Amino acid sequence: MKQITAVVKPFKLDDVKAALEVLGVQGLTVSEVQGFGRQRGHTEVYRGAEYTVDFVPKVRIDVVVSDDDVDKLVAAIVEAARTGKIGDGKVWVTPVEALVRVRTGERDGDAI
Amino acid sequence: MDGYFAWMIVATALVLMMTVPALALFYGGMTRTRSVLNMMMMSFVAFAVVGVTFVLWGWSEGWGGDGAGNSNGDLIASPFKMWGLHGVSQGNYIFVLFQLTFAAITVALISGAIADRVKLSSWIVFAAFWVTLVYYPIAHNIWGGGWFYTKFPNLDYAGGTVVHINAGIAGGVLALIIGPRVGFKKDPMKPHNLTLTMIGAGLLWFGWYGFNVGSMVFSDSTTKAWGGFEAQFQGEMGVTFMNTSVATMCAMLGWLAMERVLHGKATSLGAASGVVAGLVAITPSCGAVNTVGAIVIGSLAGLVCAWAVGLKYKFGLDDSLDVVGVHLVGGILGAVLIGFVGTDKSPQGIDGFFPSGTNGLFYGGNATLLGHQLMGVLFTLVWSGGITAILGLAIKYTIGWRISRDAEIEGIDADQHGESAYDFGGHGGGVLGGSSVTAASSAAAAKEGALA
Repeated sequence: MKQITAVVKPFKLDDVKAALEVLGVQGLTVSEVQGFGRQRGHTEVYRGAEYTVDFVPKVRIDVVVSDDDVDKLVAAIVEAARTGKIGDGKVWVTPVEALVRVRTGERDGDAI
Repeated sequence: MDGYFAWMIVATALVLMMTVPALALFYGGMTRTRSVLNMMMMSFVAFAVVGVTFVLWGWSEGWGGDGAGNSNGDLIASPFKMWGLHGVSQGNYIFVLFQLTFAAITVALISGAIADRVKLSSWIVFAAFWVTLVYYPIAHNIWGGGWFYTKFPNLDYAGGTVVHINAGIAGGVLALIIGPRVGFKKDPMKPHNLTLTMIGAGLLWFGWYGFNVGSMVFSDSTTKAWGGFEAQFQGEMGVTFMNTSVATMCAMLGWLAMERVLHGKATSLGAASGVVAGLVAITPSCGAVNTVGAIVIGSLAGLVCAWAVGLKYKFGLDDSLDVVGVHLVGGILGAVLIGFVGTDKSPQGIDGFFPSGTNGLFYGGNATLLGHQLMGVLFTLVWSGGITAILGLAIKYTIGWRISRDAEIEGIDADQHGESAYDFGGHGGGVLGGSSVTAASSAAAAKEGALA
């Protein structure tokens, strides 16, 4: 099992969700996060005072999948989230040791 | 006169709305999340404190008569002769209430200069002393009754000098005495909710029609000059309403243009600020200029104030919400520009309030009117600046102004009021913040349950 984590532009969330659903993903977790990469932040001016906003709002999507599905799902996320402009975000994959469905107690592959 | 009294009831309620909630919203949106409640409370509390002093001794000290007028020629009228409105007829109470709302908003305006850092108790003490020692005497002397007016009669239709220059200089002096917020020029202090500020600015504009258009005064000589009560009521109201509108529109555009040039973008905070700057500048002049004059005054107010608000960073003065940059600068512009674009064909000219034989420089007048306007500005700057400094220092070295440094970093809302403005989760409560019921209130809840 692997966990795919994607940090993408907020307005791309719907596209990513749709792309994953088409490929049979049955559940995912999203959270609103802030951060910066090479894009850095931006500046805002209020009555002549300039503020640097370091952290840019992004959406983080976490989904746990079986090993076989990882490559095609990552490709689908990247495809759906890309605008070609700076600040599109990142996708990474981490191994998952165990998984339990709370309601039934099913484990690992059965719980995905 | 029935229509006039009905209008004065509406106008008085409109000016009340300018302080609570309009100014509270306008200022509250510009502060940070952790101090918005305190900012709004400063306006609310100022209204209550000033209002009580006004009926006890304020009317007696500043106006001292029974009716709308103000005719006592002393530096101040007797504060105790009409204590508690003794001797004011019930039919004239509405004039007292109308003036009360002006005194209250003037004090509330000052609070923007000292946001986020002042004890509520010190603010209450300051408010009561400041209206007594500064506002009532200046209102008496600029608005036709006092010693100063008999020397230098000048034009201030609705309080550009009495309200805005007065509050502006007082705010600047207090910000200097109290000192900057912790982290000023270092930490980000951007407005937390500009939608509140936009709503506040819009309500201020709406309420300002009560402020300006409600400030017309009738007497036997004015109604005679217009050719009857109705002619004056309709004519003067039309001009002041029109001038208030066009000046404000021009100031908004002026502010947006200036910040587009200086900083690259036209902002919503700029539009809200421009509206207020224009309203401030047209306040003294709405009865003394024609439509073109109002356009000139409004445009200049927007352009100049948009530039002026940036100056505090150069001087290191933490006038937090730009009371100086908007109210002092805008108020001075409005008062002084009457000396240029004021015309004796305007309502105040017809009323006979232009000092005899004078006119604006652009309408064939000499420098007399301009000189009187400048004297009015100077008188207010010296009186208000001087006494505010004495009062500010007296409070600083007795009860003290500031909450502790830690409390300020934590947020003045929690320190002074034990409240937080927003409960969207995280710091204020919600799923993650987790506020649990304390022992005292759960006991009360249990008792309620037993009764049910």
